[in-house]
Amino acid sequence: MPDAPLIDCRQLSMSYNGGETVVRDVNLSVAEGEFVSLVGPSGCGKSTLLRLVAGLRNLSSGSMQIRGAAPGARGLRTAFVFQDPNLLPWRSVASNIRLPLELPTGQGAASAKVDSEQLIAESLALIGLNPEDATKRPRQLSGGMRMRVSLARALVTEPELLLLDEPFAALDDILRQQLNEELQRIWWEKRWTGLFVTHNVAEAVFLSQRVLVMSRRPATILGEIAVPFDYPRKPELRADASFAKLCGEVSRLLRAAAEDAA
Amino acid sequence: MKLRAVLRDSIPPLVLAVAIIVTWHVLVRWFDTPSFLVPSPVEVANVAWEHFEKLARATGVTALAALSGFTASLVAGTAIAFAFSQSRIIRLSGYPYAIFLQTVPIVAIAPLIINWFGNGFQSVVIVAFIISLFPIITNATSGMLSVDPDLLDLFRLHKASRWQLWTKLRLPASVPHIITGARTSSGLAVIGAIVGEFFAGYGRDQFGLGYLIMMTSNQMKTAQLFAAVIASTLLGLVIFGAMGVLSSTVLSRWYDHE
Repeated sequence: MPDAPLIDCRQLSMSYNGGETVVRDVNLSVAEGEFVSLVGPSGCGKSTLLRLVAGLRNLSSGSMQIRGAAPGARGLRTAFVFQDPNLLPWRSVASNIRLPLELPTGQGAASAKVDSEQLIAESLALIGLNPEDATKRPRQLSGGMRMRVSLARALVTEPELLLLDEPFAALDDILRQQLNEELQRIWWEKRWTGLFVTHNVAEAVFLSQRVLVMSRRPATILGEIAVPFDYPRKPELRADASFAKLCGEVSRLLRAAAEDAA
Repeated sequence: MKLRAVLRDSIPPLVLAVAIIVTWHVLVRWFDTPSFLVPSPVEVANVAWEHFEKLARATGVTALAALSGFTASLVAGTAIAFAFSQSRIIRLSGYPYAIFLQTVPIVAIAPLIINWFGNGFQSVVIVAFIISLFPIITNATSGMLSVDPDLLDLFRLHKASRWQLWTKLRLPASVPHIITGARTSSGLAVIGAIVGEFFAGYGRDQFGLGYLIMMTSNQMKTAQLFAAVIASTLLGLVIFGAMGVLSSTVLSRWYDHE
């Protein structure tokens, strides 16, 4: 990785008010434009690590720099996708997607050249929603569609750093695969830096350039596996023997992590 | 479709009401009950018809007092909930007094209120206000506090101001809770207004149902008393029903509920 890292964590630890340690001694470096997945047992602290990177939680010790600044500093366009689509039920689809543009960090996104309506329309199209869906309410949408809207809400600000916290965990397998394909296509097109948390091994391998395996709580990074496949990746990749082999390697590490602490 | 559902739901209770009225009538006739004890439904209907204007005016006065008290508690309750949701200290110090509103017997403090605010409409409104305030405070507070933590993170990530957090998240998110509280409150406000009128009787020319109930009871005009009680029940039903329609419209249009 020739670029300077966008995310640079050293010996990062975090505990709640001096109580339980959630994240311990994490060294993490993610390059500009890289897509990295974090896999680990459920409840291990992956999500907390993601929130630390977003500047939504405070670290207890160690250091973290995001493009040379403190996490959460203004200047770097950051977006977050949650496990639950978390749409506002009283807003239409378009209005939900507009939300980040109404808040301080998104206000620079629309300029004289592109107005926010255009950004919203582009975002809808990018994530595979029809223009006529724009006026619908979240309750009129299926679970998969809601997640698409949630992704569109994250992409509308044209983020440089996109943090995804198990966004597809609640979806059925086929939907999950479809959305993985879309996400990977969009990343290839836009080249934001992606940090993706999941406990699904195949998903992590399919999406990312590197998979980091985390231990049980308190979470730390146990190992790292590079995923050498070219982008854009085709659905057929999942049937490939080398894909299965990589998944096997990640699973082995993950299993060791689970049994180690048990 | 909708009309059919309304008919389907309203026919059984109507049939029961007719059955009760017929039985009542038959029993009163059978035992030849004196009218001051239990008047027959026919007698009640006649008296109600005879005094229709008086009853209607009294119902209007009570409705106005109940709605004024209810509106005031909706505004004040939401404002208090807003204050409660600002800090734990405010909530902890204020909440016991909110519960006090719920537990104090309203008939016990109604005379005090009349002492302080005088005989008349304003005191009735205050009684209705006090009795209907608590459900709004508790529901609105829990609504304002129960916002999804992920959504709070989303707003924080985008550096939302305190004002934006309120107008774009906490307040709209608490609307379904406020509406739930308002449904309970609307029924309580009618009770509050009638209780208030027991004590604050206004004058002879302008009075509400509570006063009418009190006077007819004292004068053993039992048929009129029945008519007034039925009018108060209907008033409560109409206000509660209207709130129900309003809330299901709002909730189904803008929120996930129902």
